[in-house]
Amino acid sequence: MKKVFGRPKSMKAAEFHYCPGCGHSIIHRLIAEVIDELGIQEKIIGVPPAGCAVLAYNYFDVDMGEAPHGRGAAVATGIKRSLPDRIVFSYQGDGDIAAIGTAETIHAANRGELITTIFVNNGVYGMTGGQMAPTTLVGQDSTTTPGGRRLERDGFPIDLSEMLAIAHGSVYIERTSVHSPKHIIHTKKAIKKAFKTQIEGLGFSLVEILSPCPTNWKMSPIKANEFINSTIIKNFPLKVIKDEVGKL
Amino acid sequence: MADKLTKASIRINTELCKGCYLCKATCPENLIFVSGKLNSKGYYPANYSEEELDIEKHACKGCALCAIVCPDLAIEVYRG
Repeated sequence: MKKVFGRPKSMKAAEFHYCPGCGHSIIHRLIAEVIDELGIQEKIIGVPPAGCAVLAYNYFDVDMGEAPHGRGAAVATGIKRSLPDRIVFSYQGDGDIAAIGTAETIHAANRGELITTIFVNNGVYGMTGGQMAPTTLVGQDSTTTPGGRRLERDGFPIDLSEMLAIAHGSVYIERTSVHSPKHIIHTKKAIKKAFKTQIEGLGFSLVEILSPCPTNWKMSPIKANEFINSTIIKNFPLKVIKDEVGKL
Repeated sequence: MADKLTKASIRINTELCKGCYLCKATCPENLIFVSGKLNSKGYYPANYSEEELDIEKHACKGCALCAIVCPDLAIEVYRG
């Protein structure tokens, strides 16, 4: 029999350190599959974040350069400007990109840097133990908001992707999810389109991916996926937020 | 019947499995079961075995949905 599904070529034979049911490793695999399909393994440079995905360089068989917390867009800008023939992507979580790294990200998008950002939104600070992130939903429990996030005390969850869509330099921004096979397949298409946007030299591209964090949400992996489907996508609707690929 | 058997198959690397059972919940034919034997990580891994299946009723069609949802890249899909 012929193997039709297995480990992508640009992924090392390493075991993931992520918790059971975590969305990070699915997203890693999708990126690696897209790298294989576009044939850019020798040309791509990744920028992993601080957070759960800090060890992403152990899993991708491509060049990687670690960024300090939140500085993914700035480090990726530097790499892309010094090596313009390479494809550069930053991989960032919501605590990384939407809190400490907001300034870098907004300015990189506004300058229209030719980089691609993978924004993994799981609504908590995962690695440090599930504290409230800017993207935590109103009413959602976290270790720093016991009893749920309160609007009058903690404010609204941030819609970073919508904010970046206003920036003049951004070209392609889409929000997807990895809670079901259908959405995983669609996420791969979105990542591919984002990389193609960069390869064609059009401008800044970003894919926001809603990802489950069963450990910090204190749910089983199956319940966590149901929670995305029933609650999170109502607050963070899945859609193409900005697409100027055909217009440029 | 033999044709059905050789149509498609999956292989689960039980040492990579962390027991999230998303594959079990996703399989349209309910072919994946939880193994009674712990792996070296200390999880009861998901498993698939053609010997234990009633092939007349169920057969893997190679849809790969289990492999698509597996967060640990533990599943390989074969079609023949």
